[in-house]
Amino acid sequence: MSATHADPHRLGHGARSLGGGIPSKRIVVGYGFWIFLLSDIIMFSAFFASYAVLSNATAGGPSGKQLFDLTNVGIETMCLLLSSFTCGLAGIGARKESNLMFQASMAATFVLGAVFLALEIREFAGLVAQGAGPARSAFLTAFFTLVGCHGLHVTAGLMWLLTMMAQVFAKGYRPDILRRVMCFSLFWHALDIIWVALFSVVYLIGVSQ
Amino acid sequence: MSDETSDFGTSDVAPGDEGAEAGVGTYLVGLGLALLLTGVSFFIARTHLVWAPSIPVALIVLAIAQMGVHLVFFLHITTGPDNVNNVMALAFGVLIVLLLLTGSLWIMWHLNHNMMPMDQLMRMQR
Repeated sequence: MSATHADPHRLGHGARSLGGGIPSKRIVVGYGFWIFLLSDIIMFSAFFASYAVLSNATAGGPSGKQLFDLTNVGIETMCLLLSSFTCGLAGIGARKESNLMFQASMAATFVLGAVFLALEIREFAGLVAQGAGPARSAFLTAFFTLVGCHGLHVTAGLMWLLTMMAQVFAKGYRPDILRRVMCFSLFWHALDIIWVALFSVVYLIGVSQ
Repeated sequence: MSDETSDFGTSDVAPGDEGAEAGVGTYLVGLGLALLLTGVSFFIARTHLVWAPSIPVALIVLAIAQMGVHLVFFLHITTGPDNVNNVMALAFGVLIVLLLLTGSLWIMWHLNHNMMPMDQLMRMQR
């Protein structure tokens, strides 16, 4: 009886869901994290809305067409896209409990994410250096907020990635560790989805206007 | 912890888990489609072959298509019966995102439209 009190919803016991029973903890955790990701996407959509409203408010300063370098953005996009792929491979490696596949794919994901971040920081530094920092115009404020927020998410994701590599290395493929790996992989894929919206709305539409 | 060995293989599916055993192939197809859509997007943005006013619409359509590819092939959000909860949550998220985007753009566009231009406003305040 004491176990029922400690875990009223029997989350730790639901191994199978047969005919409306209690789903397994992996499903509950994944669903909860999915809802967090959706709320994160809603937060991003608010930044997107403010960017779209302010994208013409350049206050006499440079516009996106003059500032954006599509080659740089293309390389960044390739990095994130490939890192999403290697992240999927890492998920398969974790389910197969193959150390080589998991750790190598995670390392590749880290390298690609780090290259993305380095390119973005270089772009930001270049913009600030030519006097187009976030204080120049409302357009640039919205731009730095939106793209920088995604960059912060990638930074957090990279740290999470290293933590997952270390935890799998130290503790092995325990169910709780596998759930964390699943949440990380969902997070990383969601970042890529946000980047798709970002390069289309901010960079490509900005340049083609 | 011992009863969690059957964490996989239930009748419901967590987002990100492949329902049937799908492997590297799913990710390869997803990567190929995503690369193709990205390539088309970048091509359209730079080319002069396409009628210019249609470019933003085309880019947004391509972006939505690519997000769909990512959802299906990377996040494994499908229309299968074991995925209903995930899809419902996604639909609610999409609803909020659409309300937020269209609402903001609509209101701010009308506000811009009905406001006196900033230089005239400044002149009157002198």
